[in-house]
Amino acid sequence: MSAQPSTTTRRPNRFARVPLLVWVFLLVPFVVELFWVFWPAANSFSLALTRWDGIGLAEPVGLQNFRDLADDPIFLTALRNNVIWVIGFGGLSVVGGLALAVTLNKPGPMVSLYRSAIYLPMVVSLAVSGLFWRVMYAPDGPINGTLGLLGLEHLERQWLADPTVALGAVLIAAVWRQVGYIMVLYLAGLKGTDGTLEEAAAVDGANAWQRFWRIVMPQLRGVSMVVFAVTVIDSLRTFDIVWAMTRGGPYNETQLLSTYMFQQAFTTGNLGYASAIAVVIFALAIGFIITYLARQARTED
Amino acid sequence: MSALAPPAAPGVPTTAGRRPAARRRRPRPARSPWLHVAMVPVTLLWLSPIVFVLFVAVRSYDDIAGRGLGALPASFSLDGFTTALTAGGVLRSLGNSVVVTVCAVILSLALSSFAAYALSRFDIPFRRTILLTMLAGNLLPPQILLVPVASITEAIGIGDTLTALVVVQVGFGIGFYTFVLHGFMRGLPNEVFEAARLDGAGPGGIFWRIVLPLSRPSLAALAALATTWIFNDLIWAMTVLRTEAKFPITAALLNLQGGFSSAWNVVAAGSLIAAVPTAIVFFLFQKQFVSGLLVGANK
Repeated sequence: MSAQPSTTTRRPNRFARVPLLVWVFLLVPFVVELFWVFWPAANSFSLALTRWDGIGLAEPVGLQNFRDLADDPIFLTALRNNVIWVIGFGGLSVVGGLALAVTLNKPGPMVSLYRSAIYLPMVVSLAVSGLFWRVMYAPDGPINGTLGLLGLEHLERQWLADPTVALGAVLIAAVWRQVGYIMVLYLAGLKGTDGTLEEAAAVDGANAWQRFWRIVMPQLRGVSMVVFAVTVIDSLRTFDIVWAMTRGGPYNETQLLSTYMFQQAFTTGNLGYASAIAVVIFALAIGFIITYLARQARTED
Repeated sequence: MSALAPPAAPGVPTTAGRRPAARRRRPRPARSPWLHVAMVPVTLLWLSPIVFVLFVAVRSYDDIAGRGLGALPASFSLDGFTTALTAGGVLRSLGNSVVVTVCAVILSLALSSFAAYALSRFDIPFRRTILLTMLAGNLLPPQILLVPVASITEAIGIGDTLTALVVVQVGFGIGFYTFVLHGFMRGLPNEVFEAARLDGAGPGGIFWRIVLPLSRPSLAALAALATTWIFNDLIWAMTVLRTEAKFPITAALLNLQGGFSSAWNVVAAGSLIAAVPTAIVFFLFQKQFVSGLLVGANK
């Protein structure tokens, strides 16, 4: 037991020193996770090498699914959209969240209200956020209405049916929900920064911008790393909000890897091909997962 | 929210030259009107989607059809809510969501606290590897699990049931909750455990009488967070369920939108109803919710 004096030399039978009940405590949850997470994950890799409609037997086809993906224009659109999504969703929510965190990093009852309002969307599900924004973007909805009032009729459009703007429109809705989370992370980071350093820099004549970039941001490097990893992993997972708003349409213009994978699996029934897309998503996420894990491992020491 | 206030200026003795400079900059506590000049419009803009949906939900169908979705309400009607709850099946799906969320939150926090207790207080071989493996499972993109999970639930005979949804939510969440609870339990003072052991308490008794009560703050934060996650889930529900009568509220709403595509007041009312339970959790447990958002991400 960890509570025993650490000077005790480790006996060879470490397994026996842990009470049986404690093994049960550990193994039940661990086996549940192995069965529902790691076993399916392993299955996905082998399914990706097959052609399977879910009814008959899976027919092994080697790497054919991946060769097909390389020639699949919808997959390539989804891949391109995912890159746009990581940059747009990540960039806008990080810049917005950081700016709000710096602005709202002070006490006061009004400031608390502003903060609560900004992260309130976090509690609304992504599917419901999608529906909220469908109302906003409707052809006779408030966004077009406001543009009309401002005399900008030429900007009015069918936001979610227009292939050129649909992806951006969905992205705004997703950012609306994410900014609060990034703000909370940076507010916590700012709480841990050393205010005297900033004051010293101010005495030395550094202006607000220099103090922010040279003094505050370097102290937030840890938070930024977590934000970066979380944003990329979340971007690759994004499904609900796109599904609720456009289902990948119009003409696959808002298709992301995850929506395309879901369609292939559960609408079209190409389970092997869908698994291959899932493997691509995994491959794109793994580097960031390891980054995040490595950081958590260090904080566990 | 005072928990997020910046740290007080440390009372270090300063030179005469620095003191006035510090005093000039310190009285920042939101005295400048510019903060409010900027933030009031931003906040109103931020809340506008919620406010507009509320407007739409309380208008009558004829008003919306006649004057457009973007117009300000000229009528007041709760028809949208009654139709959504009854004909739209929102009430039934809300019930499904509550059942799944309550079961999944309790089960996953129970199992995770078992695992976290074992890993944090006992000399389990490879405990760090086990812990990080469990966390890694939660970080995997769910897409890589969907197809096999769908066939596993079919194969073991729980396909298309709420049980399957609960089990899947538990399996996918356990890793993260265990990691967070482990971080907390590791910090509990050893003296308490030694005292309990001298009093003759076994590992089970210590868990039940000491660890669980002491872990209440972190369990509350995780419960607030897990409730919103599980209640708001869509992708797992769409993966394991096919019968509409068993859909949780998120999936049912998307169907509602198809069935009542021109009745915006019904769709808006349905989405507001879907947002209410998590909003209640948010307002009741705001502090825990925010600290929950931070766990695992900031140390």
